[in-house]
Amino acid sequence: MASTGVLHRRPGLRAGLLLAPPLLWLGVAYLGALAALFVTAFWGQNSFTGEVERTWTLRNFHDLITIGVYRTVTLRTIGIAALVTVVDAVIAFPVAFYMAKVASRRTQGILVVAVLMPLWASYLVKAYAWRGMLGTGGLVSWVARPFGLDTPGYGLTAVIVTLAYLWLPFMILPIYAGLERLPGSLLEASADLGARNGTTLRRVVLPTVFPAIVAGSIFTFSLTLGDYIAVKIVGGANQMLGNVVYDNVGAANNLPFAAAMATVPVVVMLVYLAAVRRTGALDNL
Amino acid sequence: MTFSRGLRTGLLVFTALALALVYTPLALVVLNSFNTDKSFGWPPSGLTLEWWGAAAQSEGARAALLVSVEVALLATVLSLVLGTMAALALQRHRFFGRNAVSLLIILPIALPGIVTGIALNNAFRTIFGWELGFLTIVVAHATFCIVTVFNNVQARLRRLGGNLEEASMDLGAGTFTTFRLVTFPLLRSALLAGGLLAFALSFDEIIVTTFTAGAREQTLPLWIFNNLFRPNQAPVVNVVAAVLIVASIVPIWLAQRLSGSQNEGLTGAR
Amino acid sequence: MKKTLTTAAALVLAFGAAACGTTSGGSGSGGGGATGQAGSFTPPDVPMKKSIGTMEGQVNILAWPGYAEDGSNDKSVDWVTPFEKKTGCQASVKYFGTSDEALTLMKTGEYDVVSASGDASLRLIASGDAAPVNTKLLKSYADIQPFLKNRAWNSVGGQMYGIPQGWGANLLMWRTDKVKPAPTGWGAVFQKSSPYAGKITAYDSPIYIADAGLYLMNTQPKLGIKNPYALDQKQLDAAVALLKQQRPQISEYWSDYLKTQQAFTSGDTLLGTTWQFIANLAEAAKVPVKTMLPSDGSTGWSDTWMVSSKSKNSNCAYAWMDYIAGPSANAQSAEYFGEAPANAKACDLTSDKSFCTTYHAADKAYADKIWYWTTPIKQCLDGRKDVTCTDYGQWTQAWTEIKG
Repeated sequence: MASTGVLHRRPGLRAGLLLAPPLLWLGVAYLGALAALFVTAFWGQNSFTGEVERTWTLRNFHDLITIGVYRTVTLRTIGIAALVTVVDAVIAFPVAFYMAKVASRRTQGILVVAVLMPLWASYLVKAYAWRGMLGTGGLVSWVARPFGLDTPGYGLTAVIVTLAYLWLPFMILPIYAGLERLPGSLLEASADLGARNGTTLRRVVLPTVFPAIVAGSIFTFSLTLGDYIAVKIVGGANQMLGNVVYDNVGAANNLPFAAAMATVPVVVMLVYLAAVRRTGALDNL
Repeated sequence: MTFSRGLRTGLLVFTALALALVYTPLALVVLNSFNTDKSFGWPPSGLTLEWWGAAAQSEGARAALLVSVEVALLATVLSLVLGTMAALALQRHRFFGRNAVSLLIILPIALPGIVTGIALNNAFRTIFGWELGFLTIVVAHATFCIVTVFNNVQARLRRLGGNLEEASMDLGAGTFTTFRLVTFPLLRSALLAGGLLAFALSFDEIIVTTFTAGAREQTLPLWIFNNLFRPNQAPVVNVVAAVLIVASIVPIWLAQRLSGSQNEGLTGAR
Repeated sequence: MKKTLTTAAALVLAFGAAACGTTSGGSGSGGGGATGQAGSFTPPDVPMKKSIGTMEGQVNILAWPGYAEDGSNDKSVDWVTPFEKKTGCQASVKYFGTSDEALTLMKTGEYDVVSASGDASLRLIASGDAAPVNTKLLKSYADIQPFLKNRAWNSVGGQMYGIPQGWGANLLMWRTDKVKPAPTGWGAVFQKSSPYAGKITAYDSPIYIADAGLYLMNTQPKLGIKNPYALDQKQLDAAVALLKQQRPQISEYWSDYLKTQQAFTSGDTLLGTTWQFIANLAEAAKVPVKTMLPSDGSTGWSDTWMVSSKSKNSNCAYAWMDYIAGPSANAQSAEYFGEAPANAKACDLTSDKSFCTTYHAADKAYADKIWYWTTPIKQCLDGRKDVTCTDYGQWTQAWTEIKG
């Protein structure tokens, strides 16, 4: 019986034992893999045979920075990610607000299920469905024609619409959770003190829920940053960052350059994560 | 905040419209599974049950579905274990590097899938010398599923506080007994929420899977990817997707019911 | 203290792992590299199979969609199952959309055979991923059309590295009801302000630069292009300029059959480069299209089945190659795909008796008019010694710039 207390008295040992397996997995395996990839970015490649040559060179990063198209692609991708995040936030907030504060308990349950269900339909099938909808003579065109508009066709607009659609549940859920935590009494108190709805929204709700919105944005931002499939399906002739990485892993089999290109979204995300850590969003994931 | 009739109605309408928007493409998928036109022309040129018949006989789809379910189950179990361990460690102890570990756990899901994919592919093949196959898929999926469990459990632990566990210890229960009889029951719904989300993430994952699956193993997303390519198979893919959409109601609803206590539901809201 | 220790330990572990990993395919680098005479190089020393042993029971095939049909797409189209029954080798087939994808997949070492086009085959040979093929072990080899043997893309120094499957040209396809008058040549896709701007398609691979090179070869002789795969920097720049001019008029770059067919069906794409297979699909779906091979020539592809140097099922691999290049399977696959079969005897077995005539299967003169996909290398493929030509790595970078 003497051993039962050991782990309780030695919190350090307990922490160590608990942490060892996950850390081993993530720290060594995952971080190691990332590091190995990053190291490859400093190597060269025999462009004919495609073999990675372990000669140290800064060539890849030099090309990345000096050749204009990579800057263009990076900026374009970041722009798309930002727009997707904004669109999702704008749509998700009222929906989550309704779910959390207005809907009855039963409706809430149904709505949560309704929001989660699309996650189970395959990403690819959803993207192809949008391809069908946005094509010439497709559903969007059909609906827009009476208003004198037409489908935007395949291109960046289509990419933003499709990606915003795909990641919407990831934005609704954290905001919903965040709003749920907001006590109704707070809103009542605000009204009692004379604030109109708009003011309450601005001064009470949004600041409290902001970390949750940012948490959702981490998903939408990172998922968009690395996506290369949706743009190939609805993006027309455009390319995004993920495509450049994917093409280089495939096309010239240029793993070193692909790795160099891959460091760009990693850096962007790390900066983003560092920036949002202070808002407490990381606790809201 | 006054919830006037106008505000309520406005929000209701908006939500209804949003949901309509969300379900239109899905409805289109179901509709196309009956479309006689193999390339999903709009409007549908006719309706047929041919594709449903073909899908019922499709061995490829069934095999891929099985693989997907197995991978997702294993990955979920692994991430449940590892995620809970990490959450317990971080929530109940103070030590330097806590934030770093926290960040590390989030990393697989915060970094773009393609980066995780090629990094793991590179590592599996060159550093570990493993052959790509079923296990590598499970390992890859578990890696990014850990975070969903971790977050849910951590949040729940934060709310619970350590008092119950200390009381249990004071009454003479050992560490494992405490966990078994006190902590675990309290964590159950958080584990369920995290596990379900992990399952969904793993089930529909394509990008990382593309890089970590071998030649002979196909998860359902990979099967879909390979078959959307092929003119006669594309409608069958639609059928499979339609079935998935409808079939997913059951587990989600079940989970919602089971975790319905304390107004938290599946979001694991704290 | 703990934090620094842990971080340090993690870093050490990580870098240690990194240093060990990411091998560069050791054995190949010995004699590899693109050295040697114009257009030739010394391939690495990969052993050739000496004899066929017992079948391993499985084979992993990497193929262009349509080459290895196993009934899963269309129950009536299946020549893989008879192979499985005959040899006991269970076949798993994976498809790819471009040669670049094929190359990446072959590098994993998980596939035993691949149907490689000319722009992949030489790279596979040079990197040591493909093994020389012992043609004495393949009964079907004797019946292969002579003008497909020992060509620049499937052999090095007289040693064959595969068995030919078939060949075809990149065709110009258009919607007959929307594109009037009918196009007369590649000018239709390369002209400056096309009336069909935004509805033109092109193949999504750096190798498409050769199509621009071919067009310039015919329309701007002053550039001195003799071989669309042998472009020096100046000629490459001209081709890139042409493609950048084309870019705003492109609806989609394609590598996926179904998307292309959908696009032609819905009218999102009205004309561009395609393969006969896609035209067949569109026609089967009652879409009004027509194809042509412009008179001033076209790029094309000549595919070869190659065996992986890392293959664990080499006996089944050879059995597959012998089978697929045999008259019956070759006839089926070539007819289904819409290309000229490599096996001369296949022409007697096609269901459409005029198939081989339509596809000029035995017409050497016609076959010579096509510029088959070949990997561009620094040694100019047209024999020029005074300049360095651009290689595929440069084409890939150029392609990213063109897409913008």
